Order: sequence, then structure tokens, then C-alpha cells
Amino acid sequence: MSDLVKSALPGARAEGSVTVEEMGLQGMVTLRADLLASGAAIAGVTGAEMPGIRAISAGQGCHVAWMSPDELLILCDHGRAGAMVADLTAALSGQHHLAVNVSDARALFRVAGPAGPLRDTLAKITPADMSAEALAPGEIRRTRLQQVAAAIWFESATEARVICFRSVARYVFDLLAMSAKPGGAVGYH
Amino acid sequence: MSTRLSTGGRLIDRSRKIAFTFNGKRLTGHPGDTLASALLASGQTIMGRSFKYHRPRGVVASGAEEPNALVNLGQGKTHEPNQRATTTELFDGLTATSQNHWPSLEWDIGEVNALLPRFLPAGFYYKTFIHPRAFWKHVFEPFIRQSAGLGKAPDPKQTDPDRYEHFYAHTDVVIAGGGIAGLQAALEAGRAGARVILCEQTAHWGGRAPVDGVEIDGKPAEDWINDTVQALEGMENVHLRLRTMVAGVYDHGYILAYERVADHAPAADTPRHRLWRIRAARVIAATGALERPLSFPGNDKPGVMLASAMRDYITNWGISPGDRTVVVTNNDDAYRTALAIKAAGLDVPCIVDARPEADGPLVQEARARGIRVLTGMGIAGVKGLRGVVAVQLCRQAGEGAVVEDVVCDAVAMSGGWSPVVHLWSHCGGKLTWDKPGAFFRPDHARPPTDQNGEGFVVCAGAADGALHASECLSNASTMARNALTSFGKPAPEAEVAKAAAAHEAPLAPIWVMPQGAGPKKRSKMWLDFQNDVKVSDVQLAAREGYESVEHTKRYTTLGMATDQGKLSNINGLAVLADALGEEIPRVGTTTFRPPYTPISMGAIAGEARGEIFQPLRRTPLHDWHMDHGAYMEPVGHWRRAYCYPRKGESHRDAVNREINATRGGLGLLDASTLGKIIVKGPDAGRFMDMLYTNMMSTLKPGKCRYGLMCSENGFLMDDGVVARLDEDTFLCHTTTGGADRIHAHMEDWLQCEWWDWKVYTANVTEQWAQIGVVGPKSRAVLEKLGTDMDLSNEALPFMGWSAGKLGGFDTRIFRIAFAGELSFEVSVPASQGRALWDALHEAGKEFGVTAYGTEAMHVMRAEKGFIMIGDETDGTVIPQDLGLDWAISKKKEDYLGKRAQERSHMTDPARWKLVGLETLDGSVIPDGAYAVAEGVNANGQGMTQGRVTSTYYSPTLKRGIAMGLVQNGPDRMGEVIEFNTTKKPAKGEAPKTVKAKIVSPVFYDPEGEKQNV
Repeated sequence: MSDLVKSALPGARAEGSVTVEEMGLQGMVTLRADLLASGAAIAGVTGAEMPGIRAISAGQGCHVAWMSPDELLILCDHGRAGAMVADLTAALSGQHHLAVNVSDARALFRVAGPAGPLRDTLAKITPADMSAEALAPGEIRRTRLQQVAAAIWFESATEARVICFRSVARYVFDLLAMSAKPGGAVGYH
Repeated sequence: MSTRLSTGGRLIDRSRKIAFTFNGKRLTGHPGDTLASALLASGQTIMGRSFKYHRPRGVVASGAEEPNALVNLGQGKTHEPNQRATTTELFDGLTATSQNHWPSLEWDIGEVNALLPRFLPAGFYYKTFIHPRAFWKHVFEPFIRQSAGLGKAPDPKQTDPDRYEHFYAHTDVVIAGGGIAGLQAALEAGRAGARVILCEQTAHWGGRAPVDGVEIDGKPAEDWINDTVQALEGMENVHLRLRTMVAGVYDHGYILAYERVADHAPAADTPRHRLWRIRAARVIAATGALERPLSFPGNDKPGVMLASAMRDYITNWGISPGDRTVVVTNNDDAYRTALAIKAAGLDVPCIVDARPEADGPLVQEARARGIRVLTGMGIAGVKGLRGVVAVQLCRQAGEGAVVEDVVCDAVAMSGGWSPVVHLWSHCGGKLTWDKPGAFFRPDHARPPTDQNGEGFVVCAGAADGALHASECLSNASTMARNALTSFGKPAPEAEVAKAAAAHEAPLAPIWVMPQGAGPKKRSKMWLDFQNDVKVSDVQLAAREGYESVEHTKRYTTLGMATDQGKLSNINGLAVLADALGEEIPRVGTTTFRPPYTPISMGAIAGEARGEIFQPLRRTPLHDWHMDHGAYMEPVGHWRRAYCYPRKGESHRDAVNREINATRGGLGLLDASTLGKIIVKGPDAGRFMDMLYTNMMSTLKPGKCRYGLMCSENGFLMDDGVVARLDEDTFLCHTTTGGADRIHAHMEDWLQCEWWDWKVYTANVTEQWAQIGVVGPKSRAVLEKLGTDMDLSNEALPFMGWSAGKLGGFDTRIFRIAFAGELSFEVSVPASQGRALWDALHEAGKEFGVTAYGTEAMHVMRAEKGFIMIGDETDGTVIPQDLGLDWAISKKKEDYLGKRAQERSHMTDPARWKLVGLETLDGSVIPDGAYAVAEGVNANGQGMTQGRVTSTYYSPTLKRGIAMGLVQNGPDRMGEVIEFNTTKKPAKGEAPKTVKAKIVSPVFYDPEGEKQNV
């Protein structure tokens, strides 16, 4: 079965001032709930603390990202997403919530390279502040990459991750590749 | 005639030569030249022809304000019109052609216009060519189009080969202008710890201080500039950007800056232009000032130049503007030009100073150098056709009687300076009239305000009216410090460098030279060189009743087009004020709008071209469609397969084949784009009952129900099949185009109206690939794949759904029949979509499996009489119009749209209602056709009684079928009505129509036997 399961742009990769790669399938679960009342239940399943506004917190084999005052995104192995939904649903039983597997609705990219060019590359296509102070590792920004919705976070000074919808994976990859094209250095960040 | 001096030129590298062409002529220049300086060095003083009169024009200015020297730059793919020679850095291989000449730059037939200026007066568009009417199209317009207009439009068949991009930056302070004021402001902001972006539109720091001989702290300005730039480069919080013009200031501290990354080095593999989209707390406009021309007869002839520009050409590029230059002025600053000309070893036969007296230090120095200074004098005329051969001197106070001819080949003019207040004004900053300086400067009491109601733009240095070097630096420092303090970043105390330059006596406001000039002379005084507007035109406008400066601008075209009145604004205002007998500040200014100078369309488009012009949404099966020759159609941002034509097959034939194969055996449809929204919570049933017109809360888990969604105005906005997943959870299918809109609609109601209802929604459209498995063999192929679900009619009846394994895939199977056949919609996680699609094709071979596209889907649903949102609906149609009363609950107290549907117009029995239509001759009614009725309406238009909403050729019925909305339609079964067509009638004949019989909209299998097996 595994060879029949495909991410949006398997193996897509572009080299330039930074490297852009599609990362394959990533488990993602959308959880909507009263976040003030569900911290313990969520921590029980994920091992992660409730993230603050725009933050990502690490759990056991997963990460929990704040999306809105009543929405989280849980990142885990693709194969675990179904169980994650079931576990969250069980843990939150009796409490109004919605847990749903959205792994295949998304594409995930790694953008890696020297710190300055990395932030410059992203700043060509997102209106969000890409300075190191405004978006440090541990924080996630829901924003847009030119004409489509996206979320961006930094794993480290030299590596960023980008999530977009699966149907526009090609557009986002092309945007990132174009922005990373040699000769386009800005030297701002 | 101009030429290159043997020495000098602080910006050029004389050791190297680079080649370029102008109108095909091979010329050379040096690195550091602008196109204008290189042309002057080559003796090319005529650079273009004027807009209306085709007068020969030379360069007037040396920077962004240049109105005349606009050229077509590049050729073929890189052709770009209206490029300023003065801001175009010369590069090897540059090609330029002059504009608006016919047939040649040197001899232009349109110049005869100049002999007939009384036929092209102010407002000539409005009055001269009105009558006779027919002449406009055949005589006047072709003539005007041939002779007017500036650059040549790019060839639409050519594609710009360059790339462009945007760049978003967030900062505390943007400083526009890298002259000494901008550098000083950057120093203050940098020391304050603010994040700073300093933009300079040219390739050099320091502005015109080095040219004007300014000394800073006792040393040449250049030393201070270099030291300061170095100091700024050492500050981590300061970002310096050359060749970047702040183009516009907008609300909320949004700023556009235009970086010309590669215009000077076109071969480099870099973006050509970059548009900076900046958010800043404060803008410091250190944009300097622009010199004004003087309005004397013949002031537009090639060889007449702004005094400051002439100084620039001599000092920066080592250009001799002519052997003998007459300087004409109303101020002391122009004497610097006379001294610079002298210093270059050229002659200044005289300085014509309109002021009665002149005795400042610069004047004295000029006299000491032996230059003849004539006070109280003006220029009555410039002799020479395509250049200057002499000027005629007269008394400024008089009417222009010539007292002396002075032989010369160039004229330097100065009418004083105007601060560049554009950026201050873009967002609503007001101006105040500075009487001693005769210019508008920012009114500090009325700045443009930001979202907090605070002023967010300040002008610094000359832009604030501190024109003289001695005040410029301290003004810049003060203004910058004020701006920094205003948003909580006060700058530390620091010594401000002392700038010094020769003292200047006040100017005399001279708006017309000589002041008593008669009509003939006034019609030779150009105010706006680019738009060919003269003193006489503005005076005429005033006489004709144009009192508002904005109206005068539009009537005369003063200050329009690419230079936006940079040179003409104040002079034009002053002439208008004089003609109206008003004070200049009472007349006011026109509105300054962004961009400061034109920016390229490429920069605005940024990366959005070619493949990434727009995001294309692709389903998990997209590549298969492409590999199988699908003809794709846009549905929103999606691309969907319309049909899969085989070699030599027309689209219509392909559609017919796909339908026949589906109805005869097995068809597969990529339905992945269908919207899928999860609605969950204790109040989900209640919410669903409000969203849909029918009862959804009674739907049992495991079952599906077709539902309609209306806006609160009652109009049908979306439809689809709802599946109840469990007690708390519904899955709503929406139309392809409706997914995002309906999800937003749901959230709108939940967040704004029913915020206390316990319902969560999630749009999971893209999580699932959805495949329609359609046709009599559909069950067989699914069973062949192997499944743990019972797919029999008893276990999974029509409008039921089931979840389980299908051939190893994780699926949900919905018994839905949009085509009216036995069919299953199989939903599978998107990552497995392609594999399942391939497996179905493999397994379906024996059943004649055929992929079908959206057109076959449309035809098949029309054969069944199923409506399509967007075909049968257009925002004015309610479900009752479509005979969908069965899907409207009578039991429910309320649903969105219910009350609206009870309004009298909605319940009017005369509303057009859905029927089927069968042409008598079997033909297909044209799309969009109307059913004609007797008589005409109040506007004399033919009456109608209905219209076609869907019309197709049905391969199943082998005839044209249609659906339409017809007045009282359902009551008129069997009646024949006529629809208009696009067929051209023969002369004298009535328009062609096609006859159609009103029938039931269900053409195929009205009993539903096919889908229910």
C-alpha cells in the first residue's frame, strides 16, 4: 500500500539561494474545542502543553500548533493521524469538540539555507514580518504566500517549514523556487 | 551644441567607453553616464518632440523631473516607452529611439501644428472637434492619434523576458532620499536604535550638495557624505538602498518603493525591478527640492536648461552644454551655474537677473570673475529653430521690447526652487505657502495621519523648505528627532555637522517674463513642457471660467502625464492666480498622487506571470488527466477535465462517446473538487435545519439527503448531498465553486449570529479524492476490486453511504446518482486517490471503463432534469422557481431564506419557472436564448417570456434538449414557444427563431429505474 500513497509533489526540490523541498506526507489533525477547558485532555494524548497564541509546542512524537482561539493543528506521523483523531475524540468525549484528519488536504515544504537569504526568500512572497524577532522558532504564522493561504514556522535559524493546501502545492513550490532563484538576493534580513 | 569637456565629471569613468545607439546612430559614453549626459556629450541636443505641437525638445533637467527627454528604450521584447533619459543609467548596448516624431526627429511634419497653435488651444479636445459630428471619427481622431501621444506601445505579441518580484519589509522608519538631509535623518534614526530603510532613487549618495559646493564641517560635502554612509553601513539596524525610489505613501504606514535592480546591467540574471511593500511607523521624506523654469518666450527650445541641471551636467558628467551660455534667473542660486560654467573654461556672456538689484556674495563673485550681470532684465525671445543661436534681452518690467541680442548657444534658467512635498501629500498632508521663498512647504500643523491619528510623515531638509545648505542639516536633524520621539524612539543627543554655503539674497517671484508680455509672447512661454501647456492656455482657461485649479488642470492638461507637474505646478498656479486676481495660496494646489514617477507594470505584477500568474488548483488525479489528453476547463481556480478527446475526435464527439460509454457500461468522473465540510456538535442538527431549506436533522446516520441552501434573501446559493456521519456529525457536499464560500457562510452565521450554538465546522474538501463510479457496471467493478462492505441494493440502497475497505483503500462510498444511473461516489484520502483511480481503470477494462469529463456530467444531469447551480440559478432564482418545492420543508419554523421567500414578489404566480424544452426540429437551442413574446416594452425592446438555462445535444436521446425558465411554464406543457437565435436573417426578413415544445425537464428515465438497481 505504501507505494500507492502519494504526497502532492513527491520529490520536488529546487536549489537556489536556499533549498526548497516537498517533505512528503505529514500527519495533520485539526482540533476545534474550547482550548481553556481541554488542555489536560489534549496533553494526555499528545504529551504537549497547550501552546500560547501563535505558538507551537512539542509533544511526544508530535507538535501542537495554535491556529485560532478555538483551533489547534496537531502535526504527527502520517500513519498516526487516524489514531490521533480517535484518541482525541475519546479523550474529549462529553466535551463539544471536532477532531478531524486533514493530513491529505495539505502539502508541507522545507525551505533551508543561510539565515538571511532564507528569510529574504520568504519575504518576497508573504506580507508577514519575516524578521528573526517577529517570527522566531517556536512560533507559527498563518498568512498567505502571494495568492494562497499558508502557515510558516522556523525549525531553526536556517530551516523553515511551509504548509499550504494540497491543490496549490505546485503553485507554492514554484513561488518558493522562483523566490530562491540565484541572482535575486536582497540582503535585507 | 553640447559636447564633452576634456576633464571633469565626478560620476564618470573616463578610462572606459561604452557603446549605445540612439535612433540607430552608434554613439559612445562612459560608465557612470546617464543616457541624457551621454547624448549631450555626443552633441545630441534634440531628444524628442513635444506632445501637441511636435516642437523639437532637448533635455531640461537632470533627474526624475525631466519632462522632455523621454525615449523608447530597448527593442522587441525589451521595448519600453517613456523612459527618462536623465534617469536611465547608460549600459553597453543600450538602444533608444526618440518618441513622437514623424517622420524623423530632425524634420517633423507635425511641426506645422506649431504654426497653427490657435487651433489647439486649452480645452481643444472639448471644443474644437465637436462639429461636424461625423468629422470626429474620420478626420479629427485619426489626425490627433497620429500626431499626439508619446511613446510607442510595446508589441503585444512580444513577451517581456525579464523577471520581477515583490519584497515585503517591516520597519520603523523609511527615509526617502539619500541626500545630505536623508543621510542626517538616517544617522539620527540609526543612533536611536530604530530600524531604518534609507532609499535613494539614483545610484549615488549625497544628492546635489557636492555639485553645489556645499562644505560640511569645513570640508567638501563629499567627505562628510562618504563618512556618513560608512557610519550608516556599520549600523545593523540601518538598511541602505540605492536605485530605489519611494513611489507612494499610503494609509496605515504602507509604503511602496521601486527598486531598479538591473536596469543598469540588463544582462545580469537578476530580477529587473523589485517592488518593496513596506510597513513603517514613520516616513521621513528627505526628497529635496526641484528647480522651476522661468516663463519667457521660447523657453522650451533645445539648449534651454534648468540652471541646476546644467551645473549637474558640467560637474557630474563633464558636459559642456554650449560654448556661450546665458544665465537667466530671479535668484542667487543660479549664479553658481554661471561660476561652474566659467570654471569649466566656457563663456557666460551675461547673467540676466530679473530682480532690480542683485548684490549677494555669489553675485559679487560672478562680477569679480568678469561676468556681465544685467539686473532688472528679462528674455524677450530665443532665436534659433532647433537650438539656441541668440537670446533677445528686454526690461523685465516692460512688454518685451528688445534692447539687445546676445549671441549664445545655451540658456540656463532658474525660477527658484520648490520643495518636493509629494510624499507628504500622498496621504493627505497639507501645505502652506512660503511667501519669501515663493513655494509651498509642508504645514506642520496638518500632517498626514496614521491609524492612531498621529502624523506619520515628516519632511526633512530642502523638502521641508530648508533650501539653503546652512539650514538643511539642522532641519533634517530636528525633523528626524521629532519623528523618532513621536513613536517612542528618541534619538540620543549628538552634535549636528555644520553645513555652509554662500549666503543667498531673497528671490523675486517672477511668473511671466517680461511681466507685461502681450498675447503673442505669452503663447510662446511654456509652463508644462511635457503637455505643451503655455501661459496663454492657463490664462484662457481662467477667462473661460475655470477657477478651480483642479478643473484648470484637466481643461489644459497642465501637470498631467508622466511628470505630474514636477516643473510646471507652481508656475502654472501662479499664472492662474494672477489671471484670477487671487493670492497663490487661495488658489491652492492640485492633488499629488502616487507614484512619484511612473513605475513599471512588471514591478506591479511581480512574480505573478506565466505558470504562477494565478494559483491553479490541481486534484490528486490532475496528472492523469493531463497524460490522457484531457481538455481542461477552469472551475474557480481548479482545472477540471472537460472531456478526453481522442486523436482526431472533436470535443462534442468525445463528450458523446463518454456519455454513451457511461450509460452503456462504466464511466469514471473525478469529482474531487466537490466541497466537503464537516459540521459537528450538539447543535449540528439545528444548525443544518437553518442552513438547508429541507429537514436535515431527521437524517439517519448512514443515509444521504439532497439539500438546498439559500441566502437570507431567499435566493438559491448552493446545493449538494448531505451525509450524516454520526449522531453529532454531518458531511455537507457543496458545489465545486461553493466550498470556500459556503464554509465562510457557515462560519459567518456561527460566529456572528448563533455564537452560542455548539457547532464546529471544518472544510475538508482537499482531504479527499472523490471518484464517481457510474453506470450499470459500477457495482460490478467495485465488487471486483474486493470490499468488506455489502454494496447490494438492499444493504446500500440509493442515498445510503458506507465506510470500509475497497481493494485495500480506505473509502467512504455514497450511493448518489447525478447521472441517473446506478452509481457510487467513492471517497478516498487524497494521498490514495491516484492509486484507486488507476485500480478502477485496471479493474474496469472488461466493462469498457471510460473516464468522463465535466461536460458529459452536465449533459447527463440535464437529461435527468437535475439543476446546476450557476446554470439554472443566477442569484435571482428561488428553489420554488425550479420546482424544488419538495425540498422545502413545510414543517420547519425557520430556515435561512424562508421569510424572504414569503414576500409577494417571490410568491408571484407569474414568476418564470423551470420546464424542459424540446426543439421541434431536434436542434440545440443556442445558449442564453430568450423565449420571445408579443409586443415591445417601454424601451421599444421585444418582450420575452422565458429563457434557456441549460441546453445540450443529448446523445442518449439523439436530439437537442434544454431546460429553461418560462412564464407559467409548468402549466403550459405541450405548448410550443419560440426562442431567438444568433443566425443572421436575410435582408428584410424577421430574426430567425427556433420552435420548442414545453415538456417535463426529466428527459431520461423519469421513473428512476436505472439508478435504483
